[in-house]
Amino acid sequence: MSTPILEIDRLSIGFAAQNRVLVNEVSLSVQPGSATALVGESGSGKTLSMLAVMGLLPAGISVLSGDVRLDGASLLDLPPKARRRKNGSDIALIPQDAMAALNPTLDVQTQFELVLRTHLRLGGAAAKARTIELLDQVGIPSPTSRLRSYPHEFSGGQRQRVMIALALSCGPKLLIADEPTTALDVTIQQQILDLVARLREELDMTVLWITHDLGVVAGLADRVAVLRHGRLVESGTAEQIFYHPEHPYTRQLLAATPTLFDVEPGTGA
Amino acid sequence: MTTPDTLVEVEHLCYAYPSRRSLIGPKPAAALAVDDVSFSIGRGEIVALVGESGSGKSTIGRLLLAMLRPDSGQVRFEGQDVHALGHRASRAHRHNYQMVFQDPYSSLNPRLRVGDAVAEALAITSDLPAADRREVAESLLRRVRLDEEIYDRLPSELSGGQRQRVGIARALAARPKLIVADEALASLDVSIQAQVAQVLRDLNEQEGLSMLFITHDLAMARRLASRIVVLNRGRIVEAGATGDVIRAPKDPYTRALIEAVPIADPLRARAKQRERVERLRGQFAAEPHPTTDERTTS
Amino acid sequence: MNRTSAPRTEFVRLPRSSSQPGFLALYWANGAARFGLITLLVILLLVLIGPLFVPFTPEQIDLSLKNQAPSLVHLMGTDELGRDVFARVLDGGRLTILVALIAVGVAITVGVVVGAIAGYFGGWVDNVLMRIADVFYSMPSLFVVILLVALIGPGFASIILAISAFSWMTTARLLRASILSLKKSDFVQAARGLGATDLRLIAAHILPNALAPIFVAATLGIAAAVLTESALSFLGLGFQAPQATWGGLLEEAQRAVISGGQWWRGFFPGVMIFLVILSVNFIGEGLNKAILGRKEHGE
Repeated sequence: MSTPILEIDRLSIGFAAQNRVLVNEVSLSVQPGSATALVGESGSGKTLSMLAVMGLLPAGISVLSGDVRLDGASLLDLPPKARRRKNGSDIALIPQDAMAALNPTLDVQTQFELVLRTHLRLGGAAAKARTIELLDQVGIPSPTSRLRSYPHEFSGGQRQRVMIALALSCGPKLLIADEPTTALDVTIQQQILDLVARLREELDMTVLWITHDLGVVAGLADRVAVLRHGRLVESGTAEQIFYHPEHPYTRQLLAATPTLFDVEPGTGA
Repeated sequence: MTTPDTLVEVEHLCYAYPSRRSLIGPKPAAALAVDDVSFSIGRGEIVALVGESGSGKSTIGRLLLAMLRPDSGQVRFEGQDVHALGHRASRAHRHNYQMVFQDPYSSLNPRLRVGDAVAEALAITSDLPAADRREVAESLLRRVRLDEEIYDRLPSELSGGQRQRVGIARALAARPKLIVADEALASLDVSIQAQVAQVLRDLNEQEGLSMLFITHDLAMARRLASRIVVLNRGRIVEAGATGDVIRAPKDPYTRALIEAVPIADPLRARAKQRERVERLRGQFAAEPHPTTDERTTS
Repeated sequence: MNRTSAPRTEFVRLPRSSSQPGFLALYWANGAARFGLITLLVILLLVLIGPLFVPFTPEQIDLSLKNQAPSLVHLMGTDELGRDVFARVLDGGRLTILVALIAVGVAITVGVVVGAIAGYFGGWVDNVLMRIADVFYSMPSLFVVILLVALIGPGFASIILAISAFSWMTTARLLRASILSLKKSDFVQAARGLGATDLRLIAAHILPNALAPIFVAATLGIAAAVLTESALSFLGLGFQAPQATWGGLLEEAQRAVISGGQWWRGFFPGVMIFLVILSVNFIGEGLNKAILGRKEHGE
């Protein structure tokens, strides 16, 4: 295909001061319109890699070498202000916990207005119309009547829907979904995952899933990259990873995935 | 109905969280968190209590451990009503049933070395002389497959999975007959879940330890439990042998839970998802509000 | 920044063992805290062993040398009786600091006991104790302290009593609040589930985890106690002449400074009080920051 929309190129991240490497030469390229999953346990470096893409590494931790390119242009070379502008417009994040990510003291409309004004310079009526459209798109019932609701007035699943709408508000090229359902009940989880999958198709978006649970992304990702201890263990199409895993660690992860069916995936075929 | 093989009997248990008094008007009727729940746990058996948030599953666990007092109904442990015991007798009785908590980051005292946490449990629940406690505590750590070198570490130096196993070792120190594991795997990575689940299974198979495994995860319940009790909004909607419940669920809620378990097979998972999305699109066209099935908890 | 792209920072749980700076390192990294600790240690050293190197005793009168400005012989000058001000500042400092430490010790003990009982047992016990604390909070403390000392007469015990009577409430409240939340934490529930007694729950599990803010409060309390003692002595209600304290020296210095222009009489005790308060506050703030810093790293 064409140039990858996101290209992580031999990226190393760590404590520069102590010469301690947490992510070691990880490469990953995400094709436009694809859904890629970055899978790993805590400490695997998946979250740090994601934060590096968003330019949000915690203090003391920095990119040691390598590059992150969006549409062929390096993100690391950008001055901080321009880098921040990319977040929310070109790159958007669906976080783990919508309750923590939404501002509890602002109603929904105000939060959307803030984003729409910053990135798209939309104001007043235009912002309101766009907000209603977005809320409708993510399946919030009668969105017009919910504009003045506060985050706590939504159920957990609806809150995550609002969060997704907010992530979509500026038409991002790349949507990063960081374990977006861990805080939700299982029956709601599926609705949210289905929603993101449906929106990806309808809006022709690129999605990067970040998760510790291989099972969850089986039906969601075309490509899967497995990380462990800051290194890329294996990557390939979902079929390759699930049906013909090569690395023992990938097999181990597959075996650990609990299932309701007796044919243990990954061991057969 | 009490047989020597029954360890715990829960009968017609009801519990409502105390509601807030309203300033004006009558006191609002409290919704029952646990509504007429009855089940039993046999000796050497693992029973899974499956439900989502608000199902009352954790409340039942706490009622069982006498951390809460029911509004009505009984919990009998080897025939003894655990809520009928006096303060002192209850304290002496507690070591029989131990809890493994959900959050490995708050279930251990941050200032206590993990070995000392296990040794303390021995000090409380046994007559073991102080000099022997370290040795026994180390053997307990080995039983949950932790290296005894871990003894002198602080909880902050351990991973989530290691902490969770320390929590299990601490519970084992009391030589309990029943372990109540309340979402004990939920906050762990999938691969670590499998390891900790294996520790629980070994304890059950090799030592006949009974367990109440409280979870939202049917797949994990299937891995561990011989019987499953499905809860929805405080009520039991279905109960039976694990295989029967999963293969032939009778209740629509159980079916929804089964549907929600991810399939670790790309082709089948994609096909299923396409089916669901199409169905949703159909609904979307028919009526514009596809999320009415979702509870509003506010 | 918009909310869409603001992930919570705490979900990055960093490996801790080797990269995590310890409490002392965090404290030492803070310049003000370092300054406070060094200054306070120097002052303590001065008042404790300084007198060994001063060739005058604090009460040694030599009228031929009265009202002398600071010199190499009399570093801080002399007073109207020819006594060495430096010797008196050191001697007074020892007493002032000792009084402050004991008063804070008493206040903390009372505060911990009251706070622990209120927080752990809750209910009406909590209500009664906290209302008593409220009553103490709402009294104009300096005024009541003055009244108290005037009634029972000045003296070591009465001064300590007066100071500590009005400084235990903060400790009690802080401790009560942390106990209320710790009481519900899983590890306390676990110990309770094992059949631990109330005493063990409090002493082994709750108190050790609730003490950090108490240390901070205690440190800051020392500053307040030094001030209160100085104020009492300044008003003539503290230790009686010829015993020196910093507040007492200031009181003696009043006329000498105003009409005699003998600035050194008031300057040196004043500077000492200032330095002690400043360094103690820096230390308290530094402790607080170091504790919070460690909490942030997922303790």
